[in-house]
Amino acid sequence: MADLEKAPAEEKKPRPGAVDASGHPWVQAIRAALPDTVVSAKEFAGQVTVVVQKDAIARVARHLKDGQDFKYCVDVTAVDWKDRSPRFEVVYHFYSFSKNARIRVKCAAADGEDVPSIAAVFLSANWCERETWDMFGIKFSGHPDLRRILTWEGFNGFPLRKDFPLEGIDTGAAVYPEEWPEGGGPSQKDSNRKVVS
Amino acid sequence: MSADVWTYVKVVLLVATVPAIVGFVIVLAERRIMAFMQVRLGPNRVGPQGTLQGLADLVKLVTKEDITPAKAEKAVHFLAPVLAVIPALTALAVIPFGPPVRIGKTMVPLWVADVNIGLLFLLAVTSIGVYGIILGGWSSNNKYSLLGGLRSAAQLVSYEVPMGLSLVSVLLMTRSLSLVAIVRRQEAMELWFIFPGLVAFFIYFVSGVAESNRNPFDLPEAESELVSGFNTEYSGVKFAFFFLGEYTAMIIISCVAVTVFLGGWLQPFPNVAALKFLGIVPPFVWFLGKVGAFIFCYIWFRSTFPRYRFDQLMALGWKWLIPMALANIVVVAFAILLTPGRTTGLVWLAWIFGGLFVAMFLLSKLRQKLTRRERLAAEPHPVEG
Amino acid sequence: MTDEKISQAEKDEAAYFAERAQAGAAAARSGTAASPEAHTLFDVQEMELNFGPQHPSTHGVLRLVLKVDGEKILEAKPDIGYLHRGTEKLFETETYPMGIPHTDRLDYVAAATNNHAFCLAVEKLLGVEIPRRAQLIRVILDELQRLSSHLVWLGTSGIDLGAVTPFWYAFREREQILDFFEEYCGARLTLNCMRIGGLPFDLTAGWTERVSEFLADLPARIDDYEQLLTDNRIWKKRTVGVGVISAEECVEWGLTGPIIRGSGLAWDLRRAQPYECYEELDFVVPTRQNGDTYDRYIVRVQEMRQSARILRQCLEKLEPGEIRGKVPRVIKPPAEEVYASIESPKGELGFYCVSNGTNKPYRMHVRPPSFINLQALPRLAKGHLVSDLVALIGTIDIVLGEVDR
Repeated sequence: MADLEKAPAEEKKPRPGAVDASGHPWVQAIRAALPDTVVSAKEFAGQVTVVVQKDAIARVARHLKDGQDFKYCVDVTAVDWKDRSPRFEVVYHFYSFSKNARIRVKCAAADGEDVPSIAAVFLSANWCERETWDMFGIKFSGHPDLRRILTWEGFNGFPLRKDFPLEGIDTGAAVYPEEWPEGGGPSQKDSNRKVVS
Repeated sequence: MSADVWTYVKVVLLVATVPAIVGFVIVLAERRIMAFMQVRLGPNRVGPQGTLQGLADLVKLVTKEDITPAKAEKAVHFLAPVLAVIPALTALAVIPFGPPVRIGKTMVPLWVADVNIGLLFLLAVTSIGVYGIILGGWSSNNKYSLLGGLRSAAQLVSYEVPMGLSLVSVLLMTRSLSLVAIVRRQEAMELWFIFPGLVAFFIYFVSGVAESNRNPFDLPEAESELVSGFNTEYSGVKFAFFFLGEYTAMIIISCVAVTVFLGGWLQPFPNVAALKFLGIVPPFVWFLGKVGAFIFCYIWFRSTFPRYRFDQLMALGWKWLIPMALANIVVVAFAILLTPGRTTGLVWLAWIFGGLFVAMFLLSKLRQKLTRRERLAAEPHPVEG
Repeated sequence: MTDEKISQAEKDEAAYFAERAQAGAAAARSGTAASPEAHTLFDVQEMELNFGPQHPSTHGVLRLVLKVDGEKILEAKPDIGYLHRGTEKLFETETYPMGIPHTDRLDYVAAATNNHAFCLAVEKLLGVEIPRRAQLIRVILDELQRLSSHLVWLGTSGIDLGAVTPFWYAFREREQILDFFEEYCGARLTLNCMRIGGLPFDLTAGWTERVSEFLADLPARIDDYEQLLTDNRIWKKRTVGVGVISAEECVEWGLTGPIIRGSGLAWDLRRAQPYECYEELDFVVPTRQNGDTYDRYIVRVQEMRQSARILRQCLEKLEPGEIRGKVPRVIKPPAEEVYASIESPKGELGFYCVSNGTNKPYRMHVRPPSFINLQALPRLAKGHLVSDLVALIGTIDIVLGEVDR
C-alpha cells in the first residue's frame, strides 16, 4: 500500500499551525454570556475549538443553542489522553444552520469524574453520550438513560481507553458456563460431540 | 360401471390431482411468471425448464425435520394444518368442471356432487379453513404467529361478508344455489353473469384475493412484518399442508368466480355466429383456461402491488365493499323486478355497468395523469434527459 | 435451551399456576376478588414483542423491543451493538493509509463515500491539495455510490412494504454500477477506492463511455420504478402520513440526509459546505414539505436523478491529469485535530481525527449518520402499527455496519 503514496516529497511549505482564537466572535459571545467558563480557544484549518470548564458544559451547550443558534449537535465523543491529567477530553461538535459553520467544544474530565449531560439540551446527544460512556467510561450526570449501547450490559471494560488491549479482554462473561466448555467447542451434553484425542 | 363408482373415482382423482396441480403447475407457473415479470429466470434447473421443481420441493418438504416447538399446544399444533387443507379439498366436490361426458354407456358428470345448496355449502366449508390458520397461529406459542393468526381471523371473517353479499346478487338472477344450475342458467340466458353482475364480480374478486391471503392482502403471513405469520413455527409436511390449503383455496375462489360469473364451462359468446368455431374446444378446457386466467391474475397482483396495512384492509372491507355489495343487491333486484320474466332488465344493467366501468377506467387514467403532472410540477426543476 | 432447562421452566410454570389456583380458591372461599390480574375483555393488555435481531426486515442485526397493544406500538426500544467490531480502536493501531479499508466496512453499501470522508479528514489535517482530475473522479465514485446505495434502499424498502418487483429492477441497475466499481478498483462492495491525497488508480480505457451509456438509460429506468410505486394507491396509503417529523425536530434529533430534506430543509453538505468540486456543479437539492415516509421516498428518487445529472457533468469535465496530490511517503500529520464531513447517501458522515504527530491517528472517531438517525426511530414509531414500523426502518435507511461500527 505504501507505494500508492509515492508522490515525490517536494520541499514542504510550512503549514500554519493552530492559532489562538480567543478573539473569535463566538468565543467572545460565550465569554460574555458565561464568564469564567472558557479555558482556551484555538483555530486550526478553519475549525474553532473552545475548551471550557467541565461543569459548565451544559450551560455552554444551552448558550450555543439558544444564544448563538448552534441548533444541531453533530456529535459527542471523547479522547483518552492517557498520560495527561485530567485524563479525558470530551469533545462536542455543534453546527449552526444560519452561520453554516461548526464549532468544537471540549472539556477535560479526570477518570471517574462525572460530566454534566447535554442530552436535555440536544436530544441527539443522548446516544452519543451513551456511546462515550460505553467506550470510555465517562459518566454523564443527569443523562436520562445511561446504559451501555454497543457492548453488552455487564461488559466490564471500556474498549476505547488506551490501556484496553486491542485483542480484547476476558470479561469473565460466559454464556451458560455450566454447559459450554471454556475455550469454546461443543457442549458436553451434545451427543454428536466428537472428542479428538 | 355405475354412477356411484364414478363418484369414488372422481373423489380420488380430485384429491390426488389437485395437490399435484398445485405443486407442479401453479407453484412453478407462479415462480416462473413472477421471475419473468421481475427480470430474472426463476427455477429452471430441476428437469427441463424447471418442470420437476415441484417434485424437488415435495422431496424437500417431506424429508425436512418436522419441528414442534417445545412450548406449543401440541395436539392443536398438529391439527391446525389438517384443518386448513381438508375443507379446501372438500369444497372442490361441488365445483362443476364441465358438462356430463359419455364414458361407455353412462353419462358421467364432471362434478362430484350437484348439491342444491352448492354455493352455501362452498361458503360454509371454505370458512372452516380459517380455524386452521387461527389455531395454528395460537398453538405455536409464538407472538408473531399469534398476530398472524389474529390478523387472518379478522380478515377472513370480514371478507366473507362482502363475498357472500356479492354472490347474493347473482342468486337473484339464477334463483338457485346449485352451481350446475347457475351455469345452465347462464347458458339459457345466453348472458354471463359478469355483465349484469360487474360490480358483484369486482367485489367478489377483491374479497376472494383477501380470502386466499394473497397480495396485496397477504397480511397474515406478511413476511417483512410478521416473519411468516401464522406458519412461522411450522416446517416440513405440516407447512406443506398450509401451503396446499392456501393454494387450493385460491383454486376454489377462481373456480367459483368462473362458474358464477364467467359461465363455467361455456364457450364465450355462443350466440355470436362469428365465434361459433370456438365450440371445437371441449368445455372442460374452457373451464380450466378461465381458472388459469384467474390464477395468472393472482400472480400478476403479487408481483405488482405493495401490501395493505391492517387497518386499511379492514376499512376497505367494511367501509367500501360491504356498502357497495348491499347497494348492488338493490340495483340488481330492481332490474329484475322492472322486467319480470324477461332478461331485458339484466341486459340493460349490463350496458349501464359496462358504460360506468369504461367511464371510471378513463376517469382513473385521467386522475392518474393529473396527479402525476401535479407531482412533476412540484419538483424543483425540469429533469433533463 | 436444553431439555432439562425446558422441563425446569415447565415445572416452574406449573408451580406458579398451582399457586395461583390455590390463591384463587382461597380468595373465593373468603369471598374476595379472585385475582388482581384478572383481565376483562376490553382491558388493554400490553405485549412485549421482540423484533429482531433475526428478522427479515430489520436490515441487519437491529433488535427492537416493542411494547405493543395489539399491533399498535406503545414504545420501541432499539437495542444495537450486535455488529460492533471496534473499528475506531482499529484505526488507532494502524497507520493512516491502513485505515481506509476499515471504512469500507462501516456503511458497506456505500463504501466509496466512507473512503472519501476518511481521506478528507486526513487531508484536512495534512493540508493537501487534491488534483482536479482526482477530485472529479472522487465525485464520480461518490455519486455512483449514492446511486447504488439509494437503489438498495429503494429495493429493500419496497420489499418491506410487500412490493417485491422494484427490488429486482433496482438491483439490475445496481449490478451495473458494481460492475463499474469492479472495473475501476477490482472490488464490488468493499471498494477501498480512494487514497489520502488522491486515488489509487486512473480510470480504465472506455470506462467513462460505459458510464455515460448507463446514465443515458438511467432516467427511463427510474421512471420504471416510479411507475410501480410513486402514484400507486397502496404505496401512498402505506407511506403518506407515516412517521411525520418536522424540520425543527429533525434538527433537534440530529437527523440528516434525505430525512431532513424530506421535512423541508434544503440542507445538503454538498451545497452547504462544498468539498472537492461540488461548488462548480449544477444540481438541485430536492426537498419536500411534509416530512413523511412518502416524501422521503420522493426525495431519494429525485436525488438519484440529480446524481445522474452530477455524473454527466463530471464526465464532461474530465480531463487528463494527475490523480495524486503531493503527499509525503509516510503520513505524519501535525499534532492537531480536525473534523471533516461529507454528504453520504444516509446523511452527514463525519470523521473526527486527532493526531499526536505520529504515523497513526491518536483518535479517529466516526460520526455515522445511521447511528444518529436510528436514534429517532422510537419517536417516529410511537403510535404507529407494527406494519408501519417496517416502513419506518426502511425510510431511515440504516446500515447496521455503520450503526454498530
